[in-house]
Amino acid sequence: MVEADRHTNIEIFTYTEVESVEGQPGDFRITLTKKPRYIIEDKCTGCTTCVENCPVLIPDPYNQGLCTSKAVHIYFSLAVPLITYIDEECLYLKEKKCKICEAVCGNQAIDFTQKPERVEIKVGAVVLAPGFEIFNPGLKNDYGYGRLPNVITSLDFERLLSSTGPFEGEIRRPSDGRHPKRIAWVQCVGSRRVTPGDNSYCSAVCCTYTQKQVILAKEHDAELEATIFHNDIRSYGKDFEPYFKRAENLPGVRFIRSYVSLGREIPETNNVTLRYATPDQGVKEEEFDLVVLSVGLNPPADALKLAEKFGLQLEPHGFCRVEPTNPVATNQPGIFVSGAFQGPIDIPESVFGASGASSQCGELLNYRRGKLVKEKKYPEEKDVLGQEPRIGVFVCHCGANIGRVINVPEVVEYVKRLPNVVHAQEQLFSCTTNAAKEIIDMVQEKELNRVIIAACSPRTLEPLFQDTLKEAGLNQYLLEMTNIREHCSWVHAKEKENATEKAKDLIRMSVARTTVLEPLREIELPVNKTALVLGGGIAGMTCALSIARQGHEVHLVEKDSELGGVARRIHYTLDGMDVQSYLSDLRSKVYEHPLIHVHTNSEILEATGYVGNFVTRVKSHRGTAGIKHGATVLAIGSREYTPKEYLYGETDKVLTQLELEERLATQDEGLTGSQTFVMIQCVGCRNEERNYCSRVCCSQAVKNALKIKELNPEADVYILYRDMRTYGFREDYYREASERDVKFIRYEPDRAPRVELVSQGGKEFVRVAVTEEIVGQEFGIDADYLVLSSAVLPAKDAEAVSQLFKVTLGPDGFFKEAHVKLRPVEFSTEGVYLCGTAHFPKHIQEVINQANGAASRVLTLLSHDTVTSSGAICVVDEDKCVACAACMTACVYGAIEFRTVGERKAAMVNPAICKGDGLCNAVCPTGAIQLKHFTDEELLSQIDAAGQEEIEEEMEKAVAAM
Amino acid sequence: MIKVEKSVPLKEKIHQFFKDQGKGKFGDVMVLGGGISGIQASLDLANAGFKVYLVEKSPSLGGKMAQLDKTFPTNDCST
Repeated sequence: MVEADRHTNIEIFTYTEVESVEGQPGDFRITLTKKPRYIIEDKCTGCTTCVENCPVLIPDPYNQGLCTSKAVHIYFSLAVPLITYIDEECLYLKEKKCKICEAVCGNQAIDFTQKPERVEIKVGAVVLAPGFEIFNPGLKNDYGYGRLPNVITSLDFERLLSSTGPFEGEIRRPSDGRHPKRIAWVQCVGSRRVTPGDNSYCSAVCCTYTQKQVILAKEHDAELEATIFHNDIRSYGKDFEPYFKRAENLPGVRFIRSYVSLGREIPETNNVTLRYATPDQGVKEEEFDLVVLSVGLNPPADALKLAEKFGLQLEPHGFCRVEPTNPVATNQPGIFVSGAFQGPIDIPESVFGASGASSQCGELLNYRRGKLVKEKKYPEEKDVLGQEPRIGVFVCHCGANIGRVINVPEVVEYVKRLPNVVHAQEQLFSCTTNAAKEIIDMVQEKELNRVIIAACSPRTLEPLFQDTLKEAGLNQYLLEMTNIREHCSWVHAKEKENATEKAKDLIRMSVARTTVLEPLREIELPVNKTALVLGGGIAGMTCALSIARQGHEVHLVEKDSELGGVARRIHYTLDGMDVQSYLSDLRSKVYEHPLIHVHTNSEILEATGYVGNFVTRVKSHRGTAGIKHGATVLAIGSREYTPKEYLYGETDKVLTQLELEERLATQDEGLTGSQTFVMIQCVGCRNEERNYCSRVCCSQAVKNALKIKELNPEADVYILYRDMRTYGFREDYYREASERDVKFIRYEPDRAPRVELVSQGGKEFVRVAVTEEIVGQEFGIDADYLVLSSAVLPAKDAEAVSQLFKVTLGPDGFFKEAHVKLRPVEFSTEGVYLCGTAHFPKHIQEVINQANGAASRVLTLLSHDTVTSSGAICVVDEDKCVACAACMTACVYGAIEFRTVGERKAAMVNPAICKGDGLCNAVCPTGAIQLKHFTDEELLSQIDAAGQEEIEEEMEKAVAAM
Repeated sequence: MIKVEKSVPLKEKIHQFFKDQGKGKFGDVMVLGGGISGIQASLDLANAGFKVYLVEKSPSLGGKMAQLDKTFPTNDCST
């Protein structure tokens, strides 16, 4: 949010709606209506004096009405912009009374004469990202919601968990403020139901968010008992399966597979009873202190209006209708969609969908790229060399995250007395735009030449604060962040006094280091404008095509003799896409594009270089070529697991889903003439060896079962499953299969189906024995074909590719992205991106979405002429170097090489490759390597300062004793 | 409903573009919605050389994600 706010090329209109749209791609004229805030945006400083004095209490919309706010208030503590607005409940707006806010505002920022304001903007393209609405269980009083105070929604509970929530992060229940000890979660509220007012689809996120809430609630109160009433557990995403296990294995947590109904409210306690049924105990009624409804995702409230204004078609559930082959494209050219308006999706998909939409805009508007943008201008950097250190310390409350535990004012008073500190102050949130302005002002006013932010981990916000220093005219390496949140207030939440003392120690140590910090130079590196995409499946081809359409040359490298990857074995999708004709169309577009060079039958011999300047040696039948490129995309796909179980390979009666699909596509008579099919799910995954769900197999089984039924309506199809994971709109097809009499039988992993090959009357079939969990009875099915939904595995060469390109693999062997939510299509290694099933198994539509997303991220690099490398890198003192090569072995980036100095050799660090991870300087036996920004002097001063306090105390005692 | 005018060849589009530049609020892309998806789209576009208008109906950016406490499966903070 703050990054968007500070970006020179983004202009933000909040409290604003679209009134009308005219024009065509490349030339849309849009009229916006800015609603009156009754606040003059430029004058409001967010000081909240008006809020304190406002007499009108309203239910706080940000906190789901669980607590109150004032009629004039800031939307939430981290709002962007961090200024107030006046709600329609204001006394003056309603009854022309009061106006206290106007009287108390020191900046004359209140303006009751504001009227809705029209703004006309002209743009070339539009991205619609209106999000979703949560399902409202109040409409039908589901489970007494709206009537019983202790029945709340999951979003309400999210606010209860939050430190900026109604009880500052304490879980208290609405009726009496007591800490609930027995909490029940009810899954699928409003989802997976065909009753009027409910949604037939699966909302795709609730299973895992509930597990998160359980884990967090248990962290708040270890004694708490959590009970989750669920249908299928849909942990289909990356790292979700272990997360589910983690929640399930916590003490006092019960996952119960049962439908539930409301029992009654107990009048004396406002506790609520729920009725449920289990196979062994029958129907039971149990009492809970708090009931959380895991509500699903609805289309955005104004979906219809948006559709009308933009001329969009909606799909039957009310979300935006998108093309199966391009999930960000609407029926209107030039208008794209991203996020949950595409359908119920999780955050990572919203993020790469957003990037995908951005890439499509880039294809459309490439002719005008760079024409309207402004470069950010910084003031000239002050020369601080030789100056006495003048340190400013800003101690952040982080709302209540730090301030609730650490006594911030006391810390500030302590810090003021430390040597070289000329200014210290507290801030509510140092990461807000207003706080940044305060820091800049203080640097000027107090002539600070070094700044310490005592707040959170530098991992997320250090770049932001470095930018603030640059804006203040200081070298960004004169910043130090002291982590008093993760390292202090969070881990010592129960020891407030000790935490405060520790915060003082940490800051004192930071002051010692900051005193000797040096300004550092960053290097501008040229960017080669070409991209290399490894892997010629749907992901690689889609990504290559989007990059090429934005004017960049692409080398598409494929190890096989033809393009297409695993998709060559997929023929149709649940929503009716003809995969083979799509594939051949995509293939010709790739071959026809003048900027794409296709290398088939090719392998990578060596990959060297760094962001903007990679050199990759590719070997093909044409020989070996060194390709120079600025960005790399790894799209090497995945493969199907070859089962070792269930007689696979021993008889032609046992197939995998892909093999079945290939034969169904050709309408193989041996198959279509057969009577009985049994499918077994989760073959080769969700087990100890592979603790993940392959995500696509449940939908694949439903798809093939429907196909069998289409070809032969009389056929019997059984699907033996653990949890049906047909998430999102795929749920409708699961229901359809059920209605077409496909039989779904659930099994537990410790009672897995048993199979044997049987010959009877000259006919061979597979006899499958499975225990049905609800009736507890064993069934025998004689199957003409047994179909195994076998796991999706990482590509065979994933390990080798990860080493070549110096990227990491996750525990499952799939590539590990830089951040699971916020950077899902790039690696921590700069300039290297990923997409497709190499990241994790996914459906074709998701692959296309992610491939376009990766292209967008590539463009954010390739559209620049230079890229800046860090100043915090290693340097070698050649006089001390004995050329032992220990550093070269330690460096994982290959950043160190020897060069000849006079008559001998010495190590040299390539500043463009060095990531400053500090491995080489740690192994150097002669101390010839220093890591800038973390020099021995800087770190030793910091360490010395750790014990300083005690020494001084001892000294004082000693002096007093004398 | 958008009033669609007849299609314009690229050359004229570019000509029109340069004529319109500097007149009022003239940008490349409007992003509607200031939640995680809208913010990400805006940042990508802005970093790839486009001028963006980001339009949000509520008084602040952030959307639904800003109301979440932490995110799965890493339990990282949302805001």
